[in-house]
Amino acid sequence: MDRNSNSYTFLFAVILVAVVASALAFAATQLQPAQAKNVKEEKMQNILGTVGISTSRDSAQVLFDKHITQRIALGADGKEKPEVNAFEVDLKKELKKPVEEQSFPLYVADVEGVKYYVVPLRGKGLWDAIWGYVALKDDVNTIKGAVFDHKGETPGLGAEITQEWFRKRFEDEKILDESGNFIGVSVAKGYQGGDNKDDNAVDAISGATITGDGVTDMISERLKNYLPYFKENTNVKVAANL
Amino acid sequence: MAEEKDLKKKEELILFLSDTDEREGLLGKKNRKLLSDPLTDNNPITVQVLGICSALAITVQLKPAIVMSLAVMAVMAFSNMIVSALRNLIPSRIRIIVQLVVVAALVILVDQVLRAYAYDVSKQLSVFVGLIITNCIVMGRLEAFALGNGVYKSFLDGIGNAAGYAFILILVAFFRELLGAGKLFGSEVIPESFYDFGYANNGLMLLSPMALITVGIIIWVQRSRNRTLIEQN
Amino acid sequence: MDLINLFVRSVFIENMVFAYFLGMCSYLAVSKSVKTAVGLGAAVVFVLGITVPINWLLDTYLLKPGALVWLDPEYATVDLSFLSFIMFIAVIASMVQLVEMVVERFAPALYGALGIFLPLIAVNCAILGGSLFMQQKDFGGISEALTYGVGSGFGFFLAILAIAAIREKIAYSNVPAPLRGLGITFIITGLMALGFMSFMGIEI
Repeated sequence: MDRNSNSYTFLFAVILVAVVASALAFAATQLQPAQAKNVKEEKMQNILGTVGISTSRDSAQVLFDKHITQRIALGADGKEKPEVNAFEVDLKKELKKPVEEQSFPLYVADVEGVKYYVVPLRGKGLWDAIWGYVALKDDVNTIKGAVFDHKGETPGLGAEITQEWFRKRFEDEKILDESGNFIGVSVAKGYQGGDNKDDNAVDAISGATITGDGVTDMISERLKNYLPYFKENTNVKVAANL
Repeated sequence: MAEEKDLKKKEELILFLSDTDEREGLLGKKNRKLLSDPLTDNNPITVQVLGICSALAITVQLKPAIVMSLAVMAVMAFSNMIVSALRNLIPSRIRIIVQLVVVAALVILVDQVLRAYAYDVSKQLSVFVGLIITNCIVMGRLEAFALGNGVYKSFLDGIGNAAGYAFILILVAFFRELLGAGKLFGSEVIPESFYDFGYANNGLMLLSPMALITVGIIIWVQRSRNRTLIEQN
Repeated sequence: MDLINLFVRSVFIENMVFAYFLGMCSYLAVSKSVKTAVGLGAAVVFVLGITVPINWLLDTYLLKPGALVWLDPEYATVDLSFLSFIMFIAVIASMVQLVEMVVERFAPALYGALGIFLPLIAVNCAILGGSLFMQQKDFGGISEALTYGVGSGFGFFLAILAIAAIREKIAYSNVPAPLRGLGITFIITGLMALGFMSFMGIEI
């Protein structure tokens, strides 16, 4: 057959497309469950990480079921939304919606009888999105632990927010000031406070000021949405000026 | 353009002649040359100037650089083989598109496999896996080699060129991670006592400009050792 | 305002060449004289400005998880995103062909200037990179995609114009022999990238 004829070219193209498309569709459907599992388990791993349970991805599911007692979706007014599956909420999409339609997931964890509240975070770093989880002790003031992740921060600088030494700085920090006003935790450049855990601030990563500011904003922005709920449902004195 | 054509013709002629030679073993001298040449004197990055695009952005740490190299190697070896096997069937008018489709399909496969079995690394590589499609090394070798050579030779050529690419990638990543973060494969290698003496990690090495400068220096070293590669202005 | 911000970011801060090393091959190969550099740069702006919005439409209405809902609500769970690489590259290759034919037919003068560069562009990483970053950034509207495409194109234009001008001058300098050509170009690009880093974090 003539290799340069129109019909041959056309036939070749059709066969090629059919072969390639079916091969890809097959591979994609075969690998999809493994991929979805990775994403889900990573999320569980992150949530567990904030309450001090470090786990491999494989055992994340089991530990998650064991320790996370409640998954609640909250509306912007702090009311529970029973119709929303909290684990499935994608903050990225949620934050693009109008405020009154947004739902915020809250995970309640129980580790050896102690109750923690885990709140997902999402914000903007220098290059792209940053996100994470922060766990509060049941005084709804002291941070138990935090994990962060990012899409494209500079490796070695902004990307260090995922490292343990940075995350450790958040442990035992307070999000309220002495009179109970909500402050959050700011990532402060040139921090002088040392180990002071009551000043609502931690030391920044040098060279990553903007990523640090992103972390500051994301903590205060996201936690703000949960204060009405905490005020209502815990016996904690949060100041009235919310 | 004209130069390229001439070069291609020459290459084809040489290979045509070599095919008429007596049969040689699987890793005979000529086949070994296909593997080893791209590592040094015909390196795709520093000599052929191909495939720099996606390479350098992921050389901050060794691990992603190695995974990226393996991904490129898989794509190159298989795309070279497939195109070479089809070389007498591909209609010349849609040649480029056919090559792109083959490469893109392989890249999608690699990406899907990474996402399923090497999730952490695939997150680090993000869009750069996709950019293997337009990595000029892949297309360049398909055009210059696979279309005119047998399947096995093309396979070796793919592996060889990918190894040459990997070599530079890993070298750059080694220096950047070592000097920039004091680590290799994510674990500290520079002893604490160095830091006590006042040694500090050079954060500049982690930023993208230093990747370019590191490659520049590698080229400098290579060309001062092999002076035939020096460009005449 | 957001669009201006996005434009400035894509030209200066997230510059295709200096921040992501995309389009390096043609950047190095076609930067020996300012005239050809301008030709290639203009072609890249042109093609990025066309393909990024088209691929945005494709991504939003065909490929994303749940993108097919406009056909039938039943398709909410269909996820074709594994096809995105191949669709994007197909769009790019065919758009380049189409642009080439249209330009040749209706603007022969422009074709004379851009013509030889258009086929090169199909395999320019900056073009596919533009579409992939567009997908990753998840833009809300086509105007953002268009701004991003044109902005990234201008970023490339700027980079290749600058390096071509420098290379024309450096031909008269006494560069160490092993560094001549490729080596010194890499190092200069690195230094330029350092300069561009000072734009980091700027918001308008």
